Amino acid sequence: MLEIRCPYCGKRSQNEFSYGGDGNIKRPTLGEEINTKDWDDFVYFRDNPRGKHTELWHHTSGCRQWFKASRDTATHEIFATCKMNEDFNE
Amino acid sequence: MQKYSIFSLVKNALSNHKDWEVAWKDPEPKKEYDVVIVGGGGHGLATAYYLAKEHGITNVAILEKGWIGGGNVGRNTTILRSNYMFDSNSHFYEFGMKQWETLSQELNYNVMYSPRGIINLAHSDAQMNAYARRGNSMRLNGIDAVLLGRDELKKMIPFADFSDTCRFPIHGGLMQPRGGTARHDAVAWGYARQADSMGVDIIQNCEVTGFDVTDGKVSGVQTSRGSIKTKKVGLCVAGSTTLLADMLNMRLPIEAHVLQACVSEPVKPLLDHVVTFGAGHFYCSQSDKGEMVMGGDLDGYNSYAQRGNMPMIQHVLTGGLAVFPNFSRLKMLRTWGGIMDMSMDGSPIIDKTHIDGVYLNCGWCYGGFKATPCSGWVFAHTIAKNEVHELNADFNLERFHSGKIIDEKGVGPKPWIG
Ligand SMILES: Cc1cc2nc3c(=O)[nH]c(=O)nc-3n(C[C@H](O)[C@H](O)[C@H](O)COP(=O)(O)OP(=O)(O)OC[C@H]3O[C@@H](n4cnc5c(N)ncnc54)[C@H](O)[C@@H]3O)c2cc1C
Ligand SMILES: [Zn+2]
Repeated sequence: MLEIRCPYCGKRSQNEFSYGGDGNIKRPTLGEEINTKDWDDFVYFRDNPRGKHTELWHHTSGCRQWFKASRDTATHEIFATCKMNEDFNE
Repeated sequence: MQKYSIFSLVKNALSNHKDWEVAWKDPEPKKEYDVVIVGGGGHGLATAYYLAKEHGITNVAILEKGWIGGGNVGRNTTILRSNYMFDSNSHFYEFGMKQWETLSQELNYNVMYSPRGIINLAHSDAQMNAYARRGNSMRLNGIDAVLLGRDELKKMIPFADFSDTCRFPIHGGLMQPRGGTARHDAVAWGYARQADSMGVDIIQNCEVTGFDVTDGKVSGVQTSRGSIKTKKVGLCVAGSTTLLADMLNMRLPIEAHVLQACVSEPVKPLLDHVVTFGAGHFYCSQSDKGEMVMGGDLDGYNSYAQRGNMPMIQHVLTGGLAVFPNFSRLKMLRTWGGIMDMSMDGSPIIDKTHIDGVYLNCGWCYGGFKATPCSGWVFAHTIAKNEVHELNADFNLERFHSGKIIDEKGVGPKPWIG
């Protein structure tokens, strides 16, 4: 069982959260011309490292906020979590 | 190669089983091969076998970082089926079903193919309609499909919860009678033994750590046992695909996730089919030893750990008990996990790459075991002829740019949402 520290509520059990995937993908800027290749990259292509991974989580059964986590995909150690508009304080 | 038969069994029994030939050798890697296959799972072994058998290419090495069969091919729940709706999937997997039917004879190795029938349970009228549609499209593609009513199912799985008051009453189901199971280890060993006998080198404890690429062309691989020259490399590394693609500066529409399975203590014969719960994540079959082999869904976050987490096991078994309440009395024997190469549309990728001589076989998600024979067959064709076969033409990398994705489940590019 993972223990995840929600930046708003503190440490809670994994059961309260749902996963949001790669936290590094940036949606192309709204209203700007974008070529289809960049759009496809945004939709289908992800970071998939073995090791430190920046990812999104949602405190679904808690405060319902989205936030970022830095987690090791091989050991599952969670190095840090932070609010969406913050950077990790590692 | 020694042929396995009732006579060889008797003969070797008389000499106390001391004179059996080794099933495959343990050679030192040579300096150069015509083709190098990375990954000694089911797909790598089958590819090497068909390269030798169908294309006469025998100067082939399989490089496996651990031992053959130690990856997903030895960790899966062995379900075989071709109950798909999209043509690309139907044609490909049905070609595979036909291979399963004669695989034991072809390999002279009992892969214990058991066409016991796979039943997908339906729990609402809408689901019955969807299954009728899927069954019809299967039959249009020449694949066997039978729509079952509640009363027929009561006779087949009488111990399931058929009460009216349960949360997800059983309305009926869709069955593919030729679907079933096979013995996973036997598939790996059978292909290994035949490939070896035709001259393929199976090299275990040999990890590929880099590629030699000049001017967009591959010329060799770096391994933990030295460098090996080759003009053609086929990648069959399942859950490790991204790690190797990174060495080639290839960004792929793949995420690594752990999938768990578990088995109960062995009990007397009870369940004659493969059954999947239609209202949650649970499927089950009974092994020949009597264990209930059960599985469900991904743990739900990227993972390269070949072990899972308890919440998903609990979630899956909760679903299981909703269909088969009597399973609550079973003791759990063990649980384990394997790393899945989850593609962004749930379908595989079997293609050439932007590097001359590098071929890609990945994206098998939940269902790559059943694909072992046909994946090996088309991948061998793709490597030997340097062009894709009709059967894998749609499983290209380009589809993530052309828009011709094959999203059978319709969940979108979020593999952890089952
Ligand atoms: C729990 C579970 C249940 C499943 N159930 C089913 C099912 O019921 N039906 C079904 O059809 N499919 C099922 N699957 C999926 C199926 O097992 C896989 O899709 C399939 O086995 C993948 O192909 P493979 O056999 O070649 O992979 P693997 O056996 O994983 O082979 C890949 C090999 O590559 C090796 N490798 C990796 N990196 C390197 C390197 N750098 N150098 C050298 N070697 C390397 C690995 O050690 C491994 O042996 C299941 C999977 C799991 C985990
Ligand atoms: Zn919270």
